[in-house]
Amino acid sequence: MTDISQQRKALIERVLNGAGTASQSERQAAFENIGLAEPVKTLIQKVATQATAVSDRDVAAARASGLTEDQIFEIVICAALGQSTRQYDSACAALDSAISKE
Amino acid sequence: MRLTILDKGHGFRTKALFAFIRLVTRQPTPEIIKLIGYRPALFGAYMKKVTHEAMRGSSGWSVGDRELMAALVSCVNACEFCIKAHTAVAVRAYGDEPKVAAVLSDLEAAPISEPLRATLRMLAKLTHAQTVGADDMRSVLAAGVLPQQIEDALAVCFAFNTINRLAETFAFSVPGPNAFEAGAKFLLAHGYR
Repeated sequence: MTDISQQRKALIERVLNGAGTASQSERQAAFENIGLAEPVKTLIQKVATQATAVSDRDVAAARASGLTEDQIFEIVICAALGQSTRQYDSACAALDSAISKE
Repeated sequence: MRLTILDKGHGFRTKALFAFIRLVTRQPTPEIIKLIGYRPALFGAYMKKVTHEAMRGSSGWSVGDRELMAALVSCVNACEFCIKAHTAVAVRAYGDEPKVAAVLSDLEAAPISEPLRATLRMLAKLTHAQTVGADDMRSVLAAGVLPQQIEDALAVCFAFNTINRLAETFAFSVPGPNAFEAGAKFLLAHGYR
């Protein structure tokens, strides 16, 4: 049967803590979508909850705030993974609960 | 593509690989390949492993079922690139274009099994609402879906909720149907490795 647990753990560990240009605390904040300052806050919020609404202006504002493209690349990936992880964890907990009360 | 590094920042060997892909497929390099090929030691190499396991690992769901799940999740996220890419793979895997079109236009009326329908319904809710509860899972189990099949479907959902966000944020350009046909052929033959 499919088991992504090890690969998923390795992916998240690498993206959050592997060699990168954004600090680990910035990456963690983007992953959690918590504690970010503007304009990065708006960009990350959109990546997490409404990615179709991300605009050229959002990315330009992040660049203008001093972030390099590599830093933007890293924090955007963290934000996307963070949101899909919260969804996944919520669903796994719901499944566990459904099975234990059957 | 909103970041120049994802368009032109790859190393020499990766650029040579892109040129080879263009030559063989006679299509532009898909932007997903550019994303996965940029600093793969940070993201792409690891994302490929997750995606390949979710989409091609041993499962109670067929390859067509999982590609359909990927297309449906992408529909809920309104990610045009991924909808077209995985609709094309699902159609090719099933050999049944009307079935795939029916699911994506009206899940409740589509001619599919109840276990698959219940699973797709749950994935759509999870993707839209960002969360599901135990009652949602009980409904899927009551339709005859095994817990392991639910876990397998959640793996697909995880991969595409990640990729959809990146495709939209980085603004993947959407090529014509021939490019998606070429991509579908490749993904069915080789998977996501």
